Amino acid sequence: MDNLQIAIPEIFLLSATCAVLIIGLFVKPKSNTVYWLSQATLVVTLIMSFAQIGDETVTGMSGAYTIDSLSATLKTWILVVAIGIFLYSRDYVGERKIQRHEYFVLCLFAVAGMMIMVSATHMLTIYLGLELLALSQYALVALHRDNSRAAEAAMKYFVLGALASGMLLYGMSMIYGATGSLDLHVIADILAGTSSETLSAERTIGARFGLTFLIVGIAFKLGAVPFHMWVPDVYEGAPTSVTMFISTAPKIAAFAMLIRLLVGGLETLSADWQQMLAIMAALSMVVGNLIAIAQTNIKRMLAYSTISHVGFLLMGIVGVTNDGYSAAMFYAITYAFTTLAAFGVLLAISREGHEADTLEDLAGLGKRNAFLATIMSVSMISLAGVPPLVGFYAKLSVLQAAVGAGFAWLAIVGVIMSVVGAFYYLRVIKFMFFDEPTDAVDIEIAGDVTAGLAVNGLAVVALGIAPGFIMAACIAAFA
Amino acid sequence: MITLSHYLALGAILFCLSVVGIFLNRKNVIILLMCIELMLLSVNINFVAFSHFLGDGAGQIFVFFILTVAAAEAAIGLAILVVLFRNRSTINVADLDALKG
Repeated sequence: MDNLQIAIPEIFLLSATCAVLIIGLFVKPKSNTVYWLSQATLVVTLIMSFAQIGDETVTGMSGAYTIDSLSATLKTWILVVAIGIFLYSRDYVGERKIQRHEYFVLCLFAVAGMMIMVSATHMLTIYLGLELLALSQYALVALHRDNSRAAEAAMKYFVLGALASGMLLYGMSMIYGATGSLDLHVIADILAGTSSETLSAERTIGARFGLTFLIVGIAFKLGAVPFHMWVPDVYEGAPTSVTMFISTAPKIAAFAMLIRLLVGGLETLSADWQQMLAIMAALSMVVGNLIAIAQTNIKRMLAYSTISHVGFLLMGIVGVTNDGYSAAMFYAITYAFTTLAAFGVLLAISREGHEADTLEDLAGLGKRNAFLATIMSVSMISLAGVPPLVGFYAKLSVLQAAVGAGFAWLAIVGVIMSVVGAFYYLRVIKFMFFDEPTDAVDIEIAGDVTAGLAVNGLAVVALGIAPGFIMAACIAAFA
Repeated sequence: MITLSHYLALGAILFCLSVVGIFLNRKNVIILLMCIELMLLSVNINFVAFSHFLGDGAGQIFVFFILTVAAAEAAIGLAILVVLFRNRSTINVADLDALKG
């Protein structure tokens, strides 16, 4: 066991999660003890991960695990987003018949899975991190036991998620057969021809065959068209707090998995994968934005919005340039916390016996609670990509990267589709400020949730005006 | 003499059968779970065959992990199935149609 200390944040997180799991058995179901313990765990892990930023790259555990600026930055953001998720979902989970102890523990396990995915540079660790995340998510979706829609969503998610894992594994087995290694550093060397072993033409074809399956698996997990069927159903059926979880932090982890596999391991085969990604990016942007227009359920609308944003994220990667990767990384991070703010508002509006999940539920929100309406507007305008908010800068940088790499047609599709997308984002604002309220009940929000939403909204504005420090971290990750 | 290609062909056939099973099956969710298990096992055949013919142990270690994860996955899948059956009193795939649009 060499270099065990590189995984200290994950080891701490997993041990603390097991402790929380046991402590949760002995506290009253109504108390917030488990919530506070979970938040404390996340904060300590965040400090540990943050301390790793700027350290030199270390690979340990026989090549299975790496810390570099990419992993430290992404882990920090995953944890920041997770803290936000816990804060916003506390009251929502408490008011419903959702086992709150299990909810927070499963979320913590999922966060651990994401952190492992981000640092994994070996196909086995990638698979294990991914499954830890996925299995926790299946259980989270089904956690609202008496809700038949949640059960159906969980079943669909489970079957399609397991299918995606199977595809990914089949791809991994083919690449293992072609290169004789599971370690992505070794695979990269063998494919590039820099190691002593050279590949026969037959084996290179085997690697390409495996690559296709890998891409199908990754596209399923990201929710890119044509592998997006599960996204709207799961977003709609899951409890809103779980939808928030699925749509934010795991996108950052899936981005990391994509980078580790395709860029870290198979960049030599980029001529093969960039075309596939380009087609998926274009289809995701077109299908996501067009179908979102027809939605009346806001969770379903945000699901199609996610699909279109995955298209933009892929657009940064198709160019196979370092600028493009950093642009995509910036996109993934900013997308996560912008969507977090939108779901935070939806959770604040929901109350026991009433789910805010259709556009009508937002009608007149500006009159009922101007603060929530403002935060929601900031989030929607940022997702639409209007300057000066952070979504504009993120879109601009992926478009620049795509044009710079000779994918001008893809950039044109992206620009046209973001204009189409502006329609349904702005429609939400129209509902909030120009329609009469259909629901007169006062909205009660806890003080710390208000503070969290305010910081979240301010971050969307402030980072749009001064994106420098995140962008610098993203550029450093691929320097 | 059984060569690597024979094992790979067996793995590919089982993999295709499981994918076809997932997409064609309209009757029973339990059959979907069986297809998923078959898919993971076909990948195991691939890994073990490659591992043997490459003379490298890592593939067989991977198989142990896949088996373990498959067990956990089956447990969660069956748990979701029980929740679904309690809510709907049916496990017919064609009845899973409340979410669409």
